[in-house]
Amino acid sequence: MQPNKDILTQVTELIKSLAPEHQDINEATDLVADLDFDSLKVMKLLEELEDRFDISVPLNLLPSIRTVEDLALQLQRIIDEE
Amino acid sequence: MAIFDKFKQLAATRRTLAQCGLASVNVVMEKLLSPTEAIVNGRRTILAGTNNYLGLTFDPGCIDAACRALHESGTGTTGSRAANGTYSGHVALEKELADFFDCRHAIVFSTGYVANLGMIATLVGPGDAVVIDADCHASIYDGCTLSRADIIRFRHNDPADLDKRLRRLGDRAANALVIVEGLYSMLGDRAPLAEIVTVKKRYGAYLMVDEAHSLGVLGDHGRGLAEETGVAREVDFIIGTFSKSLGAIGGYCASNHPELDLIRFANRPYLFTASPSPSVIASTRQALATLRARPELRLRLWENAHHLYHRLQDLGLTLGPEISPIVAIRMNSPEETVRQWCALLERGVYVNLVLPPASPDGGALLRCSMSAGHTPEQVDQIADIFAALQEPGNAPGPMV
Repeated sequence: MQPNKDILTQVTELIKSLAPEHQDINEATDLVADLDFDSLKVMKLLEELEDRFDISVPLNLLPSIRTVEDLALQLQRIIDEE
Repeated sequence: MAIFDKFKQLAATRRTLAQCGLASVNVVMEKLLSPTEAIVNGRRTILAGTNNYLGLTFDPGCIDAACRALHESGTGTTGSRAANGTYSGHVALEKELADFFDCRHAIVFSTGYVANLGMIATLVGPGDAVVIDADCHASIYDGCTLSRADIIRFRHNDPADLDKRLRRLGDRAANALVIVEGLYSMLGDRAPLAEIVTVKKRYGAYLMVDEAHSLGVLGDHGRGLAEETGVAREVDFIIGTFSKSLGAIGGYCASNHPELDLIRFANRPYLFTASPSPSVIASTRQALATLRARPELRLRLWENAHHLYHRLQDLGLTLGPEISPIVAIRMNSPEETVRQWCALLERGVYVNLVLPPASPDGGALLRCSMSAGHTPEQVDQIADIFAALQEPGNAPGPMV
């Protein structure tokens, strides 16, 4: 399954704003391994995405999210279910 | 990856802390002198980080009750409540807790952690949703994880965000369990409980309030924030611990829902943990009686809280958002926090060291908790030592 382009773009933009400057970010970027996001930063990112898309992301989904693409796909699934 | 590889990051953090002067993250209380003093590193030390809010750990009545129970019923129950571990003391304490909270039912657990783990994991399950304040205690997060329900976090103390989260759940909101705390353990701030009750009623959700830090601290009778706010009847489940104001160890849940007694038999952490020992139950019962009989302890606690808060505020320190027996000092960096914490200990004051990610918003804290057992002189001593460390010549410098 490919993530919706609009969702992927918005997710990437938001992650760029939280990531170290000049960091190259693409669909395969790993939030922890590549960007060194700690739990607080991941929560901040989620809160902003939740507000933007008017959804709630259950914390139980977090272990399945490693990359930018994983995140965009999960958001897409939640949006589609609503 | 070897099973121990995941601890490399912890080892690195520990090395960094050691470079800041922290020899050990574990303080050893070599000898307890009173609820508010101990020998630490061979030095007489004021304890200002123990959650011993009413100072009852050395209460003669509690100690006598525990000793009597030891002699009469032995050192332990050697079994769970569902097997051989229910003694008359456990049943009596449950009745006394129900009476104290003016609820129909109460269950006693072996720890506060087990109370949260057991109640949350039993009340909700796969397909349900549990909506928790972001700053909730680890035991609440762990209970949610064990439940396998959908865990939704709302922004700390933000009823509007809670409203949004429940709205997004649609029909599932009526079956959702909302969880907040009475007093939050790190910054000592209260939940806006009246507003939270309004929101949960709008959606028909259930509400659990963890009064771990507010039992004996808030309310005219010391029942906690639900009593202080006047919404106790709207709270479905009150959870708490015996390990703070009651000076022992254990946990409880009180509720008016008749199903609470059934929940007992589906509650795996309750069913598969040995029950509290008779001496713990006996001292807890006595402490609860003392809490009810001596409201002056709560008044003294609050006098101490106000006194320390104002003294530290006058020093220009950045404190938690409201006055409470938890007085948290926001620090500029983890390194500075460790240095100050070590310096306080060297000068005979023990407080709690809180470093990210354990702190609520990523900052570092020095966390004090006041006790009714502190004398005004001890509170002044604590504040004086903080003041001395603010002097330019005395400020603990970098150790690396």
